[in-house]
Amino acid sequence: MRRNHRAAILTASVLAGTLLAAGCSSSSGGKKSEEGGADASAGKATTPRMTVALVTHAAPGDTFWDLVRKGAQAAAAKDNIKLVYSSDPNAGNQANLVQNAIDQKVDGIALTAAKPDAMKGVVAKAKAAGIPIVGFNSGVSDWKKLGMLEYFGQDESIAGQAFGQRLNKLGAKHALCVVQEQGQVALEARCAGLKKGFSGKTDILYVNGTDMPSVKSTITAKLKQDSSIDQVVTLGAPIALTGVQSLSDAGSKAKLATFDLNKELVKAVQDGKVEFAVDQQPYLQGYLAVDSLWLYKTNGNFSGGSTAPVLTGPAFIDKSNVDAVAQFAAKGTR
Amino acid sequence: MSMTQHAEPAVTSPPAPGPKQTDGRTTERPLALRLLARPEIGVFLGAVAVYVFFLIAAPPVRDGSSMANILYQSSTIGIMALPVALLMIGGEFDLSAGVAVITSALTASMLSYQLSMNVWVGVILALLVSLGVGFFNGWLLVKTGLPSFLVTLGTFLILQGANLAVTKLVTGNVATDDISDMDGFDQAKKVFASSFDVGGVQVKITIVWWLVFAAIATWVLLRTKYGNWIFAVGGNKESARAVGVPVTFTKISLFMLVGFGAWFVGMHQLFSFNTVQSGEGVGQELIYIAAAVIGGCLLTGGYGSAIGPVFGAFMFGMVQQGIVYAGWNPDWFKAFLGVMLLGATLINLWVSRAATRR
Repeated sequence: MRRNHRAAILTASVLAGTLLAAGCSSSSGGKKSEEGGADASAGKATTPRMTVALVTHAAPGDTFWDLVRKGAQAAAAKDNIKLVYSSDPNAGNQANLVQNAIDQKVDGIALTAAKPDAMKGVVAKAKAAGIPIVGFNSGVSDWKKLGMLEYFGQDESIAGQAFGQRLNKLGAKHALCVVQEQGQVALEARCAGLKKGFSGKTDILYVNGTDMPSVKSTITAKLKQDSSIDQVVTLGAPIALTGVQSLSDAGSKAKLATFDLNKELVKAVQDGKVEFAVDQQPYLQGYLAVDSLWLYKTNGNFSGGSTAPVLTGPAFIDKSNVDAVAQFAAKGTR
Repeated sequence: MSMTQHAEPAVTSPPAPGPKQTDGRTTERPLALRLLARPEIGVFLGAVAVYVFFLIAAPPVRDGSSMANILYQSSTIGIMALPVALLMIGGEFDLSAGVAVITSALTASMLSYQLSMNVWVGVILALLVSLGVGFFNGWLLVKTGLPSFLVTLGTFLILQGANLAVTKLVTGNVATDDISDMDGFDQAKKVFASSFDVGGVQVKITIVWWLVFAAIATWVLLRTKYGNWIFAVGGNKESARAVGVPVTFTKISLFMLVGFGAWFVGMHQLFSFNTVQSGEGVGQELIYIAAAVIGGCLLTGGYGSAIGPVFGAFMFGMVQQGIVYAGWNPDWFKAFLGVMLLGATLINLWVSRAATRR
């Protein structure tokens, strides 16, 4: 009896599965319609195998940091490097991860110094152990003081100012800078830079970046509260895409521009929903950070002569040049 | 988790008939006092106070569309706060509720995209996965006898990691692909994430669902046998079992209800934002629990209502958006939120104490 019962269930589920497969497949979109793009593959270095640790302050699951990591992996594959990736948004924990890398006796460390003071101790230790450290993404004003070899990234303050100047040209009068993580140094620096470069009024709005519905309604609320806002500035691609919905919810005529880029955002720029995006090229940051360590180890080179940072941004992406970026963004590498 | 908060009068001999009827236990207390003794009355007054406060402090709140926006924010918290409240009345809580929402959205999105299926297939499979997670939580709790804090902390971490790792494994990215051009998307969007016009104001459909679910939960809690079971297992598990309440069934089904809520909110997020970022949802579980507690549910179980968390979620949405509508210094945002919530909870506590004192 019981066995019959089970058999019946099994038959039913198999039947259901077949039905699903046969009748419910989507005629548009989905994996099937995705174009298979070949990954960029180049030759591989014949230098001896080495290990590089990439330690960031990324929160897990963020599209931006995924690009950094992919860039680093590409460089590692080319340079015959074993890449050890780790991250923790908490500065103390991040310092521990660096210590961990030192203990592993890696050949080089690439580090984001979002909270430079917390990194001081471990960077000194790495130097003492003879491990070269390069900085990237965060810490543009501190990497030299910390004694890092070189730096790859965007000066957030300069990027913010360039953003503001661009808004001046477009004729915006009142900007709203949406910060998705209160107290995060790089994000606050962007808004501060924006304030400096922008000749109109700048307001700041804090939203909870881990809860999209609340991001959506908070931006809507702010636009309702102050109808003179004619420019929304977001600091991350997913927030920008949500902001587009807020604009229509609030019935606002304001424009939207953003920092950072992802696949969906490129589409939004193409459709004209987002005016422009400032790209700091995270893939390039990850790539250069790892590649530079290889150069230093194999040929003693270092960029910027240890005095000037190497800037990877700000690169403005708007309707005029978005198509060139689109094909790479679709692959998830830009 | 086993304290009975509403002390039932001890069952002794039935009260003697006759003139002795004026015994304090059997006289009907005045209506006002009886109302005040309801679990949701404190939060109701708190919500009214917060509403009136922002009505005065923030002129844009008076607008109909602003109210729709506040209610939308409240509904996305409120839909989850309902099953979380029922679970809490049943004496347990679920720390995995926040990331479970994202798990569900990711499941639906990736399954339909990767298999190029109609999105409804993904939606239904995601429901099964969500119910499965709920079942696992409940089953593990009942089998091991571990506190729900530990069990669900475990699933919270598992889901958080799996969300990220599986998404990365399947899509090669940390966010899912856009599914808005797939079959069935528009249909599903109508159900989970559309809005309709009421007198020129765009009202989000989640608000309707929220109130419908609240009505159903209230009816179940107050009018059905299952509702009694929930109070019983939360009050005292052993005595509940002794009088024949199916404790195991009740607890597991409550966790599965939370799974259902997570599925629903997850579908809303998927169909309103087209893609899902795998790192989202962390921290939301505390907001759901907070809404339930502000709504008059006790952390110790056995006491609470379904309508209370509705006001709790409303208060949360009201304060969160009200601060923005009032245009206050955003640096203080979180602090304002905390003070307001604490204040509301204190009103809540004070009212219920005043009411239960004779």
